[in-house]
Amino acid sequence: MAVETIPASAPRAVPPTVSPERRRRRRRVRSFLNYVALTIAAVVVLTPIYVTIAFSLQTGPQALQFPGSMWPGELDLSVFRRVFEVSGIGRYLFNSALVAALITVGQVLTSITAAYVFAELEFKGRNLLFVAFLATLMVPAEVTIVANYDTIVSFGWLDSYQGLVVPFLATAFGTFLIRQAFMGIPRDLRDAAKLDGYGHMGFLWSVAVPLARPAIAALSVFSFLLAWNQYLWPLLITNDDDFRTVQIGLRTLASSNITEFNLVFAGTVVASIPIFVLLIVFQKQLVRGLTSGAVKG
Amino acid sequence: MNRRPVNDRARTRTRTRRRWRERGLAFTLLLPSLLVFGVFVFYPFARTFWLGFFETDPFGGRRTFVGLDQYTDTLTSSSFRNSLWVTLKFTLLTVPTGLALGLGLAILAHQKLRGMGFYRTVFSSTVATSVAVASLMFISLLSPSVGLINQAIRWFGGEPIFFLQSPGWALVAISAVTVWQNLGIIFIVTSAGLQSLPDDLYESARLDGASAWSRFVDITVPLLSPTLLFGFVVLTITSFQTFGQVDLLTNGGPLEATNLIVFSIFETAFRDFNPGSAAAQAVVLFFIVLVLTAVQFKILERRVFYGR
Repeated sequence: MAVETIPASAPRAVPPTVSPERRRRRRRVRSFLNYVALTIAAVVVLTPIYVTIAFSLQTGPQALQFPGSMWPGELDLSVFRRVFEVSGIGRYLFNSALVAALITVGQVLTSITAAYVFAELEFKGRNLLFVAFLATLMVPAEVTIVANYDTIVSFGWLDSYQGLVVPFLATAFGTFLIRQAFMGIPRDLRDAAKLDGYGHMGFLWSVAVPLARPAIAALSVFSFLLAWNQYLWPLLITNDDDFRTVQIGLRTLASSNITEFNLVFAGTVVASIPIFVLLIVFQKQLVRGLTSGAVKG
Repeated sequence: MNRRPVNDRARTRTRTRRRWRERGLAFTLLLPSLLVFGVFVFYPFARTFWLGFFETDPFGGRRTFVGLDQYTDTLTSSSFRNSLWVTLKFTLLTVPTGLALGLGLAILAHQKLRGMGFYRTVFSSTVATSVAVASLMFISLLSPSVGLINQAIRWFGGEPIFFLQSPGWALVAISAVTVWQNLGIIFIVTSAGLQSLPDDLYESARLDGASAWSRFVDITVPLLSPTLLFGFVVLTITSFQTFGQVDLLTNGGPLEATNLIVFSIFETAFRDFNPGSAAAQAVVLFFIVLVLTAVQFKILERRVFYGR
């Protein structure tokens, strides 16, 4: 009975009726629809950010007139000056920058030295120490806050930079990240450096570290981001405004200015600017840091 | 004749000396990390178990040894069980939603179109927001008076919803903040996963006439499953560590509806001044995270094994 048997996929793969012109038009429609979908998604993702900025520029009654409240009337930027005057946000930002920078430098240094040991040195007990590093990944900071708080009290480190920085000066994640980079250094290079009279330290600082620069950059951005965004620990060990980080400062700002929404939103905008700049400038390094755990394994 | 043994002995001696020097160097280089881990991870870890054995008298602050009683009391207390249940609900609300939305964005952005760099930056942008920033930004949407959603509801003639104050909505609101805040990282990770998939597979599937949907279900999902599984476990772990959103937006309320486990530990230790019970709760949290981390390592191990 069947006269014509055409494989089901054939007409779709090589449609004889569709002219190149029509195909081009179809492609154009498709990419237009893609742009529509992308733009809708982008608008949804950005809404909280946009509304926060819009509200920070409005005064009380104006903020309540929907839908007019969605766009600021005149651009009155004085609220950003006021938020610096009313709250200690300048000091909070300084504290956050200092603490995050110290943690970043510390983590990079301890990770480099520890990574070198696990990548290059052979000695008894190495595996045990490696497991100890691995084990720290299994203990979330939230589990140990009660005991760590006692330690900080007994050191007299409440309301101090030491208390904010020292507990975070080592990182197993960073160590493994940099170790991975060190292990990618060719054996020949190691041998050549040895022949040139480089000892371990010489090789580490003048050969290995420069070669591991991408990994070190990724770790730096990642560490800084995490340190800047810390919440529970600084909340726990600081009461004094002089040592509060910007995250905790925002909490204070929000609870003490309930009636002045625009001030709270202005503070939120100010607090997030440094990290948005960081994201835009170091996007590549950040992505590398974030995906090194997940994709590379 | 007996020169060689002497030479040998000398050589072994230098070798042992070198080995000792290497070991000395290794410990010196590891010392800073070991010191920090010792004081701020291992010691407090052991001490948390230990603290769990002591009950604190709420008035005098005296600690008495009660053995395992406090662990059983904590585990059976209705408040702590509520916290576990709320945390589980929170995980169910945030993890699948976040993964689905993040993957959706990644697929949407996985095309060669002009201006894609801009969209990718937008979709990754929430990675830059801290808990505090994300939570306060959501006040601009959720607040009963100024919140945009309630302004819109009122404009349409409805009654404003007290998202953060009503027991039915509060956990959903906290979850919404969390999903939004996680979107950036999920997008980044799934995007990287998508980019590592072989293009030719899609090309031949298209030539075979596979529809976009079947390409997604038959190629993307199976090949991306390790990344998705990894994301699933990591997000589950983070959801068990959530604290800031609750502290900033709901304070665990209303009626403990958002009393996530870490918030409960925090309150018990630092507002009710009951470190023993808080430590017991922390131990339970540790075991939950331990199981999840073990799963995570298993996934990574398998990936390393099959990969490349």
